[in-house]
Amino acid sequence: MKKNNEKRNLISIEVFGLLLGLLWIAPFYLMIVNAFKTKRDIFTGVLGFPEEWITGNFVEAFIDLEFLKSLFNSILITGLSVGIIIIFSSMAGYALARNKSKLSAVMFFVFVAAMLIPFQSVMIPLVALFGQAGMLNAGGLIFMYLGFGCSLSIFLYHGAMTGVSKSMDEAAIIDGANRFQLFWRIIFPLLKPISVTVGILNVIWIWNDYLLPSLVLSEANATIPLKMFFFFGQYTKQWHLALAGLTIAIIPVIIGYFFAQKQIIAGVSEGAVK
Amino acid sequence: MSNRTLSFWLFLTPVVLGLGIVVVIPFLYGLVYSFTDWNGLRAESFIGLENYIRLFQEDEFMQAVWFTTKFAFVGVLLLNLFGLGLALIVTRNIKSSNLLRTVFFMPNLIGGLILGFIWQFIFISVFGDISGLTGIEGFNGWLSTANTGFWGIVILTCWQMAGYIMIIYIAYLENIPKDLIEAAKIDGASPFQRFKNITFPLVAPAFTISMFLTLSMSFKIYDQNLSLTNGGPADQTQMVAMEIVNTAFSDNDMAYAQAKAVIFFLIVSVVALTQVYYNKKREVEM
Repeated sequence: MKKNNEKRNLISIEVFGLLLGLLWIAPFYLMIVNAFKTKRDIFTGVLGFPEEWITGNFVEAFIDLEFLKSLFNSILITGLSVGIIIIFSSMAGYALARNKSKLSAVMFFVFVAAMLIPFQSVMIPLVALFGQAGMLNAGGLIFMYLGFGCSLSIFLYHGAMTGVSKSMDEAAIIDGANRFQLFWRIIFPLLKPISVTVGILNVIWIWNDYLLPSLVLSEANATIPLKMFFFFGQYTKQWHLALAGLTIAIIPVIIGYFFAQKQIIAGVSEGAVK
Repeated sequence: MSNRTLSFWLFLTPVVLGLGIVVVIPFLYGLVYSFTDWNGLRAESFIGLENYIRLFQEDEFMQAVWFTTKFAFVGVLLLNLFGLGLALIVTRNIKSSNLLRTVFFMPNLIGGLILGFIWQFIFISVFGDISGLTGIEGFNGWLSTANTGFWGIVILTCWQMAGYIMIIYIAYLENIPKDLIEAAKIDGASPFQRFKNITFPLVAPAFTISMFLTLSMSFKIYDQNLSLTNGGPADQTQMVAMEIVNTAFSDNDMAYAQAKAVIFFLIVSVVALTQVYYNKKREVEM
């Protein structure tokens, strides 16, 4: 009797969850379905299926978004920034964790405290400074991402270092390796799980970032979000094209999510909980 | 300098330069500039507190602060409610648990800018159609009044970020020993008693983290604000982050915008530090 009750309970929770899930993906459903409609078809109604499924919107949006170019820019900027963040933050996390001096503790504190500063509080002088140095370009942007991204990354690496025994260091030093070799050959491979987390968190952030690239990059070097902003402004009230463009812009993320779903959820969970 | 100290500094130089040039120096410069008539290129003179006095008298800025505070309050409440709710659903022994986690989390991976554009379509066209079909006037013109625009941003943010908060609660919920719940069941504790006396206290640290995260996320929202309402109608749904960006890069009033940015920093850090302090204290007491 009690068992039955519990089973019924679970089934109703499951049904409720599934309904909520449907509601959750409804915006994506509406986006995709209407991207296949003509302008007139959207005007008659947005809730049902298209009268006729047309693909022309996607072709037009793909060309107007210069999608391959924006995709390339996004991949380049995200890839390089995240690579640099991982390399330099892991080195710093290691150095700060192994050095027990007061200075080391103070510096760690500064890195963590810097996380409190919101982007808007440094944005204006930052853009002015980089503008005067002629660094408002992709290279400057990547350096900025190192500056903004290193705090959290160092914090995570620093935490992970507690799990790496000091005897590792000593054994390698006795074998005649210098600090640099020691780090890259022995320590960094041991930090791989946290590197995955750091990588995922930074990819999600940089891939989707809009405001900073909008202040730094010209339209010719636009990343996907930046290009999307220009594109959308051009097509207000032309939902069939705007929605096709939005669908295209989301596809790379969905592909990535499909392949690395487990790591992404685990990485985000770890990044937030620590 | 010993070999050790040298390598310590070599390992730290890149990030020290990065944080220094990108965050620390601009932050300090910004503090100084906020007391001048800086125009983005040079500052002619110190004008003391003039920028700060001006911003407290500016209706548009104070309106943005109030709107953002209201938003943060509602956002923190709803995000944690939804996040915990979703987590409680997907940690039950149901078949679709993994599928649902994937679905609820998905909007997080997509940028606020793109999501805001999608919801613009929903609030304008889809809601318009729903209003036509049901005859309910309330669905019409969601982005054309300040009040419904507010709820528009709230709905968008909850939909986007609840899955993220869910992940945090899941991490804690799954750490609760199963036999503890079983033992309580055998002792005849009701589901509510089990939640109140076992689940809730053990999940308390997740509240600290989630409150801190949602609060600072809510205060710093920009992309969603830009793409969904762009501050409209008549700047009534403009949040602080956007107000600062516009003052700087549309009005070109750099020093004044920087003073607002300093106030923004103060609000964000005071709120965040208070939150952490109180939550830590509460956890210890429990």
